[in-house]
Amino acid sequence: MMAGFYTVISRGNLVKKIIGLNIFQVSVFLLYISIGTVAGGAAPIITEGVELYSNPLPHVLILTAIVVGVATTALGLALVVRIKEAYGTIEEGEIHEQDHSL
Amino acid sequence: MQEHLSILLVVIPLVAAPIAAMLPRGRMPWMVTLMVTFICAILAGMQLWTVVHDGTISYELGGWAPPWGIEYRIDAVNAMVALIVAGIAALTLPYALLSVEKEIPERQIPLFYSAFLLCFTGLLGITQTGDIFNVFVFLEISSLSSYALISLGRKRQALTSAYQYLIMGTLGATFFLIGVGLIYSQTGTLNMMDLAERLPEVSGLKTVHTGFAFIMIGVALKLALFPLHLWLPNAYTYAPTVITIFLAATATKVALYVMLRILFTIFPDGFVSATPTGDLFILSGMAGILSASIYAIYQMDIKRLLAYSSVAQIGYMAMGIGFASAMGVTATIIHLFNHALMKGALFMAVGAIIYRIGVCRLDNIQGLGRQMPWTFGAIVISGLSLIGVPGTAGFVSKWYLVLAALEQEAWIAVAIILIGSLLAVVYMGKLIEALYFKPATETNLAVKEAPMLLLIPTGALVLANIYFGLDTELTVGVAERATQALGVAAK
Repeated sequence: MMAGFYTVISRGNLVKKIIGLNIFQVSVFLLYISIGTVAGGAAPIITEGVELYSNPLPHVLILTAIVVGVATTALGLALVVRIKEAYGTIEEGEIHEQDHSL
Repeated sequence: MQEHLSILLVVIPLVAAPIAAMLPRGRMPWMVTLMVTFICAILAGMQLWTVVHDGTISYELGGWAPPWGIEYRIDAVNAMVALIVAGIAALTLPYALLSVEKEIPERQIPLFYSAFLLCFTGLLGITQTGDIFNVFVFLEISSLSSYALISLGRKRQALTSAYQYLIMGTLGATFFLIGVGLIYSQTGTLNMMDLAERLPEVSGLKTVHTGFAFIMIGVALKLALFPLHLWLPNAYTYAPTVITIFLAATATKVALYVMLRILFTIFPDGFVSATPTGDLFILSGMAGILSASIYAIYQMDIKRLLAYSSVAQIGYMAMGIGFASAMGVTATIIHLFNHALMKGALFMAVGAIIYRIGVCRLDNIQGLGRQMPWTFGAIVISGLSLIGVPGTAGFVSKWYLVLAALEQEAWIAVAIILIGSLLAVVYMGKLIEALYFKPATETNLAVKEAPMLLLIPTGALVLANIYFGLDTELTVGVAERATQALGVAAK
């Protein structure tokens, strides 16, 4: 989680920032999935002879969050493409030199 | 239809969004969006009426009983915020026609309205839902569409500011997600009412405290609470005018509502005062008011000036939360409503200037006040409201905030509120000086008044500023009910 977060903050390359953002998000997904585990529980499919199931709700939530993550990445990358067209670079420092916007 | 009121508010704009995208170019997408926003504004008004007269609405999505299914739970707070969102959207849309035609390339107009409707859906959804994970989903719907909308601005800086907002906004949303996960792991529920019941038992646990901190930082990023406001000035400055108006008047307000809901409804009484949360809010509020107001004074771009002023105004609302008293929260809710009115009016008036001359730097607008008297009048009145002059809406909320501060004997806070108002006089004064007292340049002498279609919505908001400054019964009454509904203990 921290590795992704650090990448977002420390890197100047816009694509690397998005990669960091992805690592950060995916680690949060894993956090959710790990919460759903029940010690000794089986997969949450109703079958005979199984009494203890893992909690399926976090999985369902994370499915939604994955969709959100995909949309964010797609939009982010689309913006990077447009920025590259407009500035000719995707390095934060060089963009900053061209106009003081970031 | 009456019982499906709450869900219709979300479903109608959601269904209309792809329809708007598929319509031919021209004015059709605008017509559809206009109709949708008007219907939603009427529905939101009906909803507030129902809530005030018959009490809380609880709607079970798909007939699944809470806490298993998602529940939409509407009380005075969300009904009011939903009405603000829908009302501002309905006022922005008549304004949008000309402004969007001027600022957005023609082939992108249907997509623009489609994204606008999605953003509208997300914001309304946040206000309607009673499920905390659902809040995250709607938050992302509204945020993703607003990143796209901001990037449509004419300057290339719009792209970089949209990117910056995307990074910050996604970090904020992910923090919110972590917090929700941690709290879910301790309570086993995501329904807000259920959480409120179960949290007192576990509120001493470290996990819950950590989750709480994550949620607060996440929402504060969306709220642009000082010092997490860095995305806001750029985003507001470079976004298309219509989007600036809409986001300035609604997006931060909705985030503020989420904050209020989590602090006071979900977390048990006394949680805010038992942790340093309250003091942090007051501190960041005070720092925000002072630093953002001073920044605002030195801005040359009017939109950026107003954006910094927004950060300062959010500081006032944060202070009200920080007091954690019934009076403080009432002040915050009144200011939430009033700020939507005054910033909406100010950005609309500035948008009218941009419509005529294309830029909005202080040295370009000299003497325009005499060429565009109605626009100038709107800026003066809503500026007075921003400062907090008696007789305008801004005065009412500041008055309540000062009362709340006095109640807690927070003298420094009282001083900061007053200094903040004085700083607002300085930056609004700069704007008015440039518009009216500087001699007009050659090119500016030829500028005509903005078209009626831009002036009427602006005028409506300006009149609302005066009306709610004189007749306080409605706003204060609803705000007090809302405070009760949130469950803030009266002190």
